[in-house]
Amino acid sequence: MLVNPVKRAYLALESWFNISFGTEWNPLYHLGTLSFFLFWVILVSGIYLFIPFDGSLSGAYQSVEYITHEQWYVAGVMRSLHRYASDAVVVTVLLHMFKEFASGRYRGFRWFSWVTGVPTLWLIITLGITGYWLVWDELAQYVAIGSARLMDAIPLLSGAMTRNFVAGQMTDRFFILIEFLHLLGQPLILFFLLWIHVKRLSGVSINPPRGLAGGTFIALLALSLAKPAVSHGPADLASMPFTLNIDWFYLNVYPLVDYWTEGQTWVLTTSVTFLLMIMPWLPPAKSSPIAVVDLDNCNGCGLCFNDCPFDAITVQARTDGARFEHEVVVDPDLCGACGICAGSCPASNPFRSSKSTLKTGIDMPQLSVDKLRTRTKQAVMEMSGATKILIFGCEHGLDTGLFDDAGTRSIRLICSGMLPPTLVEFALKKGADGVLVSGCRHNDCYFRFGNQWTRLRFSGERNPILRARADRERVRVQGAAETDKGDIQRSLEKFREELGRLNQADKSADADKDEKMADEYHH
Amino acid sequence: MNITTNKWVRYLLQAINYTVFMALVWYFSAAPSIRILADDQAAITIAFAHAGDLREPCRKLSSEELAELAVNMRQLEDCPRERSPVLIQASLGGEFIYDVSLDPPGLFEDGGVDVYFSKRIPAGKHQFEIRMDDSVREQGFNHSFSSEFDVAPGRIILVSFDSERGFSAR
Ligand code: HEM
Ligand code: SF4
Ligand code: SF4
Repeated sequence: MLVNPVKRAYLALESWFNISFGTEWNPLYHLGTLSFFLFWVILVSGIYLFIPFDGSLSGAYQSVEYITHEQWYVAGVMRSLHRYASDAVVVTVLLHMFKEFASGRYRGFRWFSWVTGVPTLWLIITLGITGYWLVWDELAQYVAIGSARLMDAIPLLSGAMTRNFVAGQMTDRFFILIEFLHLLGQPLILFFLLWIHVKRLSGVSINPPRGLAGGTFIALLALSLAKPAVSHGPADLASMPFTLNIDWFYLNVYPLVDYWTEGQTWVLTTSVTFLLMIMPWLPPAKSSPIAVVDLDNCNGCGLCFNDCPFDAITVQARTDGARFEHEVVVDPDLCGACGICAGSCPASNPFRSSKSTLKTGIDMPQLSVDKLRTRTKQAVMEMSGATKILIFGCEHGLDTGLFDDAGTRSIRLICSGMLPPTLVEFALKKGADGVLVSGCRHNDCYFRFGNQWTRLRFSGERNPILRARADRERVRVQGAAETDKGDIQRSLEKFREELGRLNQADKSADADKDEKMADEYHH
Repeated sequence: MNITTNKWVRYLLQAINYTVFMALVWYFSAAPSIRILADDQAAITIAFAHAGDLREPCRKLSSEELAELAVNMRQLEDCPRERSPVLIQASLGGEFIYDVSLDPPGLFEDGGVDVYFSKRIPAGKHQFEIRMDDSVREQGFNHSFSSEFDVAPGRIILVSFDSERGFSAR
């Protein structure tokens, strides 16, 4: 199977992290929350640093020296944590972005999350830049002059900033403006942007798993103690440093300004930004039909509302005069067409209206629950052999059609979460010996929660649950990405063996029962 | 994927991953360093703000012209706002390093210009000359300055201009 190399590289890294962190702590599944965690570290250390910091142009450098050397054991560590967490956040955010890109989670209805992510990138970088400025050492001077040159190159601005700096007119007032930006303005805007960034998603968690947060913090602390962050020499506008140890995470444009012109640097940065911004439409994703509510079959239970990963469903007062209190509506702008709601609806029950079309409360026009029922019946009928395994696989994971043979059939779903648990029951009842549900890798659902909901429904922890009538031993859930064919292959073989044993046991139990009944009859 | 690695093996692998991550963070937070100046280099910077001379002098209005104006607009002189472009030429050891003509900014071409120029130069003794023509009404360069300086490596010679004291270097 052809998997694009970017995705393949990403999946390999993900697998490696699954081995070392386990699927629960895999940092690649928590890049957004890990970034948030790093922000907390930055915020707390920043607040601590604010106390000994001297905000005047003449005192700033000395106060940072005091922080670094005199009080190295607390303030110094805080400074290092502040710096290294800031650097780490650039890595986690870029990885977050790369992940969403590599897994195709940036197009279609997701344009909003992507487009609102891009300005946060700018904000993080400029926040770092003003941070370096505050130290007012040689590096800060370099940053100040570089920034001034960039600002001066913008048409319509006065163009006097650089001249002011080099002529020694960098005033306390201007320094206070930078402080204001760094300490208050930029962080506030950043948090506001992040709030917008996740606004269209439901159930967003802000905190990474404890084990991951703890590990990251210990690592940052160890680095801070081993290699404390230090300043350059004090700023001196009458001299130029020979070399500078620049922070490439944040200050990478300044060498460009030096070796190129300001204009070229602007052209590059703005074109990259522009390109990133329009990426969701390069080319436009073909749009899928969204979920459709059928009030005749909806009782307003709200299960679909609970499960929708994109906050596309709202519960409102009944409008059709039915005796129920509520009904649901789908916002077409927000719906990601994942079908998870069809899997949550109690009316998606294949045992209902077995003669006619199965109608449910909320359904996907492109793959209705009725169609799924028909395909299930047909697939079970087509299979032969001792153990019949029906696979439900999602479109975003491994192509489960690869395993089709005499005793195996697969049905593709939009998302594993769109599978109503009763359909599993139905398949077993119709004669399948086992059902394997495969979706995206565990904890990494293309539609955020699909595979998670499936697991919880099957284990009886989330409605609608897989009823006890379905033998849990005959049901498996295993996520698989495009490169995990071997894993599923092995699991299938094992599953088939176990099903064979189960069939054997059931047969002898039946025989026992028959014998018993025969005995009773004779007596 | 269901991977069940021994807990301690996993902790060890995590430690390795964190070490790689932190090593990356540490390295790129201050390296590779960039060279701003070679060991035997210094720099010269020319930076100042200056408004060129008015292109035309103020002119006394004749009484007829005055009569034509509304009462509240009457003033004795008409001063066109346009300023002259500012021409600057600077040389080091007889070689031109800077040669510009800066047009006055603004809709009415009445703004002052901001001069900023910076260049790395070898450290040591230099003969420096700079001249400026900021008036279309006067022939040639009406301000000039020359000086010989000895600049230490890493130092910046800052040349500025003040309309009262003229050019200076420090
Ligand atoms: C400070 C920086 C950022 C933070 C803290 C952050 C955080 C988050 C969080 C918490 C989520 C929700 C994940 C979930 O619960 O499924 C998310 C989603 C997303 N982010 Fe970011 N993000 C940041 C920057 C970016 C950037 C720069 C981009 C790309 C340009 C981006 C693209 C996305 C996309 C496309 C999603 C949607 C994922 C989905 O719909 O499943 N983010 N982000
Ligand atoms: S299809 Fe998915 S996104 Fe749309 S309403 Fe249903 S659960 Fe929500
Ligand atoms: S899950 Fe089904 S019945 Fe419940 S509110 Fe949604 S559409 Fe209606």
